[in-house]
Amino acid sequence: MRLAEHSYRTISSIRGPLIFLEKVFSCRIGEIVRIISPSGEEREGEVLKIEGNTVLIEVFGETKGLDIKNTRVIFTDSIKSIPLSEDMLGRIFSSSFTPLDGIPAPLPETWAPVTGYPMNPVSRARPEEFIETGLSCIDGLNTLVKGQKLPVFSCAGLPSKEVVASLLRYARLREETGEGRRFVIVFGAMGLTFHEYYFYMKTLEELRIDFVAFINMADDPVMERLLTPRFALTVAEYLAFEKKSDVLVILTDMTNYCDALREISTAREELPGRRGYPGYMYSDLASIYERAGRIKGAKGSITLLPVVTMPEDDITHPIPDLTGYITEGQIVLSRELHQKGIFPPVDVLPSLSRLMQNGIGEGRTRHDHRKIANLLYKYYARARDMRRLEAIVGREGLTEQDRIILDFGDAFEREFIAQKERRTVIETLDLGVSLMKRFGLAI
Amino acid sequence: MREIPGTITGISGPTVIAEVKGVRLYDRVYVGRQMLTGEIVRIEGDRAVIQVYEDTRGLALGEPVRSTGMALTVRVGPGLLSNIFDGLQRPLKRLEEDMGFFITGGKELYGLDYLRRWRFYPLKKKGEEIRYGEIYGYVEEGPFKHYLLSTRDGIIRWIADGEISLNETLAELEDGSELFGCEEWPVRKPRPFKRKLSPGEPLITGQRAIDLLFPLARGGTAILPGGFGTGKTILEQSIAKFADVDIVVYVGCGERGNEMAEMLEEFMKLTDPWRGRPLMERTILVVNTSNMPVAAREASIYTAVTMAEYYRDMGYHVLFLADSLSRWAEALREISSSLEEMPGEEGYPTYLASRLAGFFERAGIVETLAGRIGSLSMILSVSPPGGDFTEPVTQACLRTAGAFLMLDTSLAHRRHFPAINWFQSYSLYTGELMEFFNKKISPEWSILRQRCNEILQKEESLREVVEIVGMEGLQDSDRLLMHIAERIRLEFLCQNAYTEDAFSPPERTVERLKALIDLYDRTLELIRKGTPFEEALR
Ligand SMILES: Nc1ncnc2c1ncn2[C@@H]1O[C@H](COP(=O)(O)OP(=O)(O)O)[C@@H](O)[C@H]1O
Ligand SMILES: [Mg+2]
Repeated sequence: MRLAEHSYRTISSIRGPLIFLEKVFSCRIGEIVRIISPSGEEREGEVLKIEGNTVLIEVFGETKGLDIKNTRVIFTDSIKSIPLSEDMLGRIFSSSFTPLDGIPAPLPETWAPVTGYPMNPVSRARPEEFIETGLSCIDGLNTLVKGQKLPVFSCAGLPSKEVVASLLRYARLREETGEGRRFVIVFGAMGLTFHEYYFYMKTLEELRIDFVAFINMADDPVMERLLTPRFALTVAEYLAFEKKSDVLVILTDMTNYCDALREISTAREELPGRRGYPGYMYSDLASIYERAGRIKGAKGSITLLPVVTMPEDDITHPIPDLTGYITEGQIVLSRELHQKGIFPPVDVLPSLSRLMQNGIGEGRTRHDHRKIANLLYKYYARARDMRRLEAIVGREGLTEQDRIILDFGDAFEREFIAQKERRTVIETLDLGVSLMKRFGLAI
Repeated sequence: MREIPGTITGISGPTVIAEVKGVRLYDRVYVGRQMLTGEIVRIEGDRAVIQVYEDTRGLALGEPVRSTGMALTVRVGPGLLSNIFDGLQRPLKRLEEDMGFFITGGKELYGLDYLRRWRFYPLKKKGEEIRYGEIYGYVEEGPFKHYLLSTRDGIIRWIADGEISLNETLAELEDGSELFGCEEWPVRKPRPFKRKLSPGEPLITGQRAIDLLFPLARGGTAILPGGFGTGKTILEQSIAKFADVDIVVYVGCGERGNEMAEMLEEFMKLTDPWRGRPLMERTILVVNTSNMPVAAREASIYTAVTMAEYYRDMGYHVLFLADSLSRWAEALREISSSLEEMPGEEGYPTYLASRLAGFFERAGIVETLAGRIGSLSMILSVSPPGGDFTEPVTQACLRTAGAFLMLDTSLAHRRHFPAINWFQSYSLYTGELMEFFNKKISPEWSILRQRCNEILQKEESLREVVEIVGMEGLQDSDRLLMHIAERIRLEFLCQNAYTEDAFSPPERTVERLKALIDLYDRTLELIRKGTPFEEALR
C-alpha cells in the first residue's frame, strides 16, 4: 500500500485506447488509474505494461478529449473491482457500470476484482443437475446441466436474439429438483445495436424471474466491451457462491467481444494470429468461459450460455472454433431450418451437449430419456441421409421404409424442434415418443 | 545454493524485467514480495528477462527478485502417486486448504509431504558399494515398491531400517555424504538411464481400434489430433483407465476444469482392470486448466514427464498422457511473443519443432541405471485449429511420433467413437509387435487384422458404386461385404466409453473380430453355392 495518492501530468502519447505516461516512480501491473481530462471529465484506465519509468495505460471508455499537456493521471493502488450487492437484482447497468434504469446505484455490500480467480480444479463439483430450458431441442437432445458452458452458434441473419429471448423467458430449474433454490439470470450484451437493445429491454422488463443485466452498445468504447462479460461473471460468482443461487449467464454476442479484442490487440501492436485475432484469444476466452462451474459442497452454480455468430457461417472460424474447444458442446442454428420457418432453428445433428449423460435419467429427468434421445437422433439422422438420397434418385427411388423415415424427419422438425410455447422436459419426451409411434418406428 | 538479489524494472503480462547481476539462464527466481515463481529466459547484460509462472497482477516496479541459483525443479520421492498437482507441482488439495476454492495468488508449496512416515526396507548393507542410480532400498507406496535410487557413488557406512520420513537421512556413505528419500530434479533435464532399447512390447490400451489396427508400443509415442468434439479427451481418459501399464501420469494441459472434476470423481471409484487395485493408486494428475496461468501451462508437461521418468527409473512401465499438446504449444507461443521473439509459422517460435522433438525423446523403453527395464510411453492429443491438420503443431508432431491416430470430425458427427480414421492413421510399431500378438494372444491376430483392413478398403471402393446404383444394384457377395463392413465399423471399431464395452481386453478384441469374419466366410460360401443373400445371412 502506498500512503499518498500520486498523480502525473506526464503523458507522452495517446494512441487509440492507449496512453503512455513518463517518469512514474511507483506503480503496479494491473493497477487502476483515474484519468482526468482537461475539461474535468473522469474515466478509468489500467496499467498494462511497465518499462522503467514509462507506463502503458489502457483506458476504459473514450480517449476522445484527452490531451498530452493537461490530462492528469492518478494512481489508485487497487485493481479493477466492482461493487456487489443483492440489490443489483432486477437492475440494468451499462458497460461503465452506471444504472440504465434511472434508479440510483445500489449500496455495495462487498467488492470483487472483475477478472476473478481461477477455480481450483479439485474444488469443482462435476455438473450433473438438469436445467430446464423449455426448448425441446435442448432439453430433449442436448440437455443443459448446472455448471455447464454451452454456446449457441448462430449465423448472420438468424434469429439468435429470439432464441436468447426464449431462453430468458423459459429457463428455470425443474420444480421437483430445484426446490428452495433461487434461480437468477445474469445477462451480458456486447456491441448491441439500438434495435437489439430495444428488443432485449422489452424482454427483460417482462421477465418474471430475478435478473441482472449489463448492456454494452455498439457505440460504447471497445475497452468496455471487454469488461462486460467480466462484470456479468463477477456478479454471477457473487450470487452463486456467496448467495447460494443457481445463476444462468447469457452472453451475447461473443463475436463482438472477440472483434473488440482484436481491435485492441492491433492498437497494442501485438503480433496478429489467425485472421488477425491475437494468439492469446484461446486463453482470454477461457478466462471467461471457465468461470462457469459448481463447487463441491457449495450450493450455487454458474451455467453459461454464450452466443457466437459465426462469421461467413464458418464453424472453423477462430471465434466458434476456439469457443468449441473450451465449451462443453454447442447448439447450432441452421439457415436451412430458418428458411423453412422452423423456430428455434436448431440443427440437432451438429449440436452436442457433452455433459448430457450426467444430467438425465431416473431422478433427474426420466429413466428413458437417454433411449428416447438416441432414437430420435438416429431416426432424424437417417431422415437427413434420405433427403440427400431423394435429391439424387427421387422419392420414387426410395423404399417404403425410407419414405416413412423421410416423413418422420419433416414432422420432427415441424412438431418437435419447432415450438411456440414452453415445454417441460416430460412434455418433450412424450412428444418424441408419440412422434416415433405415429410413424411406426421401433422404440 | 547462491542466492542473488535484484530489482524489478519492467513488467508486461507474465514477463518481468529485472536488474540483476551474475545469474544463469533458466535459473529459478522468486519475483516480488509475493515470491512468485519465475524462470530466467533471457539475459542482456545486467538485465534478466523472467518468465513468471503465476498471475503477476499487483506486482510493482522496484519490488525485489531473488535468483535461487537453481533451475526450475520438481521434487521426486514417495507420495507422488494418487496426487493432483498444478503445473508447478503444487498439490492442489493443499492449495485448496490454504486458499479456498479459488487460486488467488502465488504460494510456494512442495509436491511432497515431508512429515508423512514411511516404512523403509534397505536392500544394501553396511560396507557395500553403491553407484549412482542404483537401488538401495524401498518403501511401500500403495501396491508399489517405491525403489529409492542412490544419488551418488560410494560405500555405505550406515543405512536405516524402519519408519522414516522424507527429511531424514536414509543412508550415509564413507565419504560423509548422505542419501535421502527424495531429490530435486530440474524439469527440463531428462533423467539419465543406461541405454535405450528398441520398442518391441505392446502397450495394450483396451481400445479395439488401436490394439488391433494401430498397436502402440511400450516406450513409443503416439499423437491423437482432432478438431473439437472428436473425442480426444474421452480417448485419452479411457486409455488412462484401461492401459496395461504400472503407472499413469496424466496432464490436463490448458483444457477444461469440469472435465478434470469428472475424471477425478470417476478415477476415485474405478479399479485398474489389470491389477484390480483402485485406479488412483497408480495415477498422478497434473492439472493446469485453460484459465490457470499460461506460463505454468508451458511448464506442466515438463513437471509431469520428470515424475514419469522417475518411476520409469525404478523399472516400471509408465504411461504419460497429455491433453492437449496444442495448448502447451500455444503457451510457448504466448511466451515467445511477449518476449518479442521473431515469430515463425503461424506465430509459433521457430524452435517449436526442436522443443517438441526434444520432448518426444524423453519417451522410450530403457535399461535403467539400476539395470532394470522401464518404459515411458507417450500418448498426446493435439487440437488443430479448425480441424486442419496442416498446421504447425500437428506437422511437427508427425515428424517424431511413432503412431498417428487421426480423429475424424465426420466420424464424430456420425457418432462413430472412437473416431479414429482407419485409412489415414498409422502405427510405425505394427511390424515389431505382430509377433507378440500372434504368439501371446492369438495365432490368427495378424491374419484377422489383414482381413479387417481388406474389408474396410473394399467397402470404401464399393461405396461409390452404391451411391449410383443403390444397394439393390450390387451383387450378393458385395452386398454381404457391405453388410459385414458396416458391422465391423459399428460393432468392432466403435466402442462406447460410457458402457461396459469401454474396455476390451485383447482376447475379447480378437474374438469379436473373428466372429464377424467367420460369419463373412460362412455366408460367402453359401452365396457362392447359390443361396440368396437374405437367406444366407440368416
Ligand atoms: N468413446 C466414446 N463413446 C461415446 N461417446 C463419445 C466417445 N468419445 C467421444 N464421445 C462423445 O463426444 C463428445 C466429445 O468428446 P471429447 O473427448 O470431449 O472431445 P474433444 O476432447 O476431442 O473435444 C463427448 O462428450 C461424448 O459425447
Ligand atoms: Mg478435449
